[in-house]
Amino acid sequence: MFGFDEKLRILADAAKYDVSCSSSGGKRKNNGGVGDASASGICHTYTEDGRCVSLLKILMTNYCIYDCSFCVSRRSNDVQRAAFSVKEVVDLTMNFYRRNYIEGLFLSSGIFKSADYTMERLMLVVKKLRTEERFNGYIHLKAIPGASESLLKEAGLYVDRMSVNLEIPTEEGLKLVAPEKDHKSVREPLAIVQNEILNVQQHKKIVKKAPLFVPAGQSTQMVIGATPETDLQIMQTANEFYKDYQLKRVYYSGYIPINATDSSLPQIGTTPPLIRENRLYQTDWLLRFYGFSLNEILNNKHQQLELDIDPKLAWALRNPQFFPIDINSADYSWIIRIPGIGRQSANKIVQARKYGKLKEFQLRKLGIAFNRAKYFMICQDSIVSTGFHYPEQIKKSILEYNPRPKLINSQTQLTLFS
Amino acid sequence: MNYIFDGSYCGYLSCVFEAFERKEFDVIPTTQQLMVANIFSEKREIPSCSMKALRIATGMEKIIGRHNAKLFYHNFLADNSLEWTNGFRLIVELFKSQHLDMQNYGRPDLLRLHQSIKKISRERHRMKAFIRFVKSYNNLYTAIVEPDFNVIPLVIDFFKNRFADQQWLIYDIRRNYGFYYNGRTVQEVSHIHGQDIQDPYCIEVDLDPKEKEFQHLWKTYFKSTTIESRKNLKLHLRHVPKRYWKYLVEKI
Repeated sequence: MFGFDEKLRILADAAKYDVSCSSSGGKRKNNGGVGDASASGICHTYTEDGRCVSLLKILMTNYCIYDCSFCVSRRSNDVQRAAFSVKEVVDLTMNFYRRNYIEGLFLSSGIFKSADYTMERLMLVVKKLRTEERFNGYIHLKAIPGASESLLKEAGLYVDRMSVNLEIPTEEGLKLVAPEKDHKSVREPLAIVQNEILNVQQHKKIVKKAPLFVPAGQSTQMVIGATPETDLQIMQTANEFYKDYQLKRVYYSGYIPINATDSSLPQIGTTPPLIRENRLYQTDWLLRFYGFSLNEILNNKHQQLELDIDPKLAWALRNPQFFPIDINSADYSWIIRIPGIGRQSANKIVQARKYGKLKEFQLRKLGIAFNRAKYFMICQDSIVSTGFHYPEQIKKSILEYNPRPKLINSQTQLTLFS
Repeated sequence: MNYIFDGSYCGYLSCVFEAFERKEFDVIPTTQQLMVANIFSEKREIPSCSMKALRIATGMEKIIGRHNAKLFYHNFLADNSLEWTNGFRLIVELFKSQHLDMQNYGRPDLLRLHQSIKKISRERHRMKAFIRFVKSYNNLYTAIVEPDFNVIPLVIDFFKNRFADQQWLIYDIRRNYGFYYNGRTVQEVSHIHGQDIQDPYCIEVDLDPKEKEFQHLWKTYFKSTTIESRKNLKLHLRHVPKRYWKYLVEKI
């Protein structure tokens, strides 16, 4: 038993740098076995770093033929190696699931022997779970770049989500840290799966009972801060991948220094760029759910996101001509652009104002960040503006009211390809 | 006027019926245990009556629709006399004016109803996440919980669909009742063997031989999936408040 415990420790530790843990979007219903998807996803617990634990996230093995310097499992790294058997992964998943510890399995792997060999082993696990154990929980599988089309397509029948990690946001950056890899090898599997998803959707229109194929879609991940890309470059890449492959998510993972030998990477002991990572996620949300275009938030004149204020507030301060917005008459799409008002509150405002004009005291109670929003909106009883507020002044008073708990020192920006 | 009912939704709706019957609308619905003793306040015991409750329930559905009527049930699960009173007043208004704009978030009492429902929904979701089963030698999976609100009835269907092929028992130790699923149907159970139910993590006998091993493996996994350099205990505590730790394998 001790041996197995050690194995789990090694292979969970090696898998933890994949940040994706979402279990949402699953559609599988229980048909006489065990497991039933929860459309919204469930986080069963949270690690001490505050990340959600929804899936059992492990590597099949951390043996790897590649030597990517940002990766903890690179072949030149002196770490303990281990490998699970197919049966071990299946047993572990089933027993954790039946005790309600997890929503399902997130399975990835180092590349051993060849891409196809690795992919086949991963496929065996998911096939066994679905067909022999009649498991209907969530499965997220890493597609191995370079694996054959037929293997990817077969795996797609059993899994809920597939993903391939971009790792480094630009081709130039990737060349610096992983000369053996390129973006093309990531695009290929994404494209194969995307085509098949569209095929199955076409099919569904004709035959109702078409099989599920990657029902929760695809995602990818980029490491932030290992190489010197600007926020603009990162978001341009993300935007492009969202569009080209209709990804459900792009994850941004602040680089955690794990390499003492490569001097081009941030040194061990540097804090990961947590605030920057957060700002990128906020931007991602603004683009996908708030109707912003990338150009409004980041452009050639403005290539980095502010760390001390969020991107929506930053945009509002750069564009005072649109404000203040009258919450009693403005369209929903404008109300969500007010800093401090999110989509849920905006919805409530639009519903509530049908029954009478909203006053300040009502908005205070609605759950918005009133002290940020007040500079950008007018309610029915707002005092008519006391003159023009300079953006710098607004920023100052917002930060004074809500001082940032000492900005985590994010690493200084590296110079571009020096 | 305090209306004392038995703590069931049926009893709660019976209070509404009685209020109209007696034309007493300034009412605080409460239970024997929750009532704040006050020598000046009058009280009246209201027996649960399913006929009366049904009339109120169908009446509500007719006016505001099934979805909105359900909101009052969720608010009722708050297990708190203040929320019960707020819901009660709104139901009374609903019948008096034969109309209620449920989405009028500008009104403090309606906003409060929605906020209370939000809290309950959050607790319900937490139960889906934090319930941990312990497997015993006879293949029964047992979970013990102490939710803030009376939300177990809201998650039973979820667990029934998910763990359809295993027998399980989910027991609310604070309210001393639970639900048992035998592989086909769910039944409500209470006061098992007329005594307190044991903490499942303390039971040493009767366990499935592999149970301790899987608990240990889960703890191992939990520890090794944490990234030390990103440690943020404040955030951790916000997501997993301490009051739930007692029943979480990875936190005991």
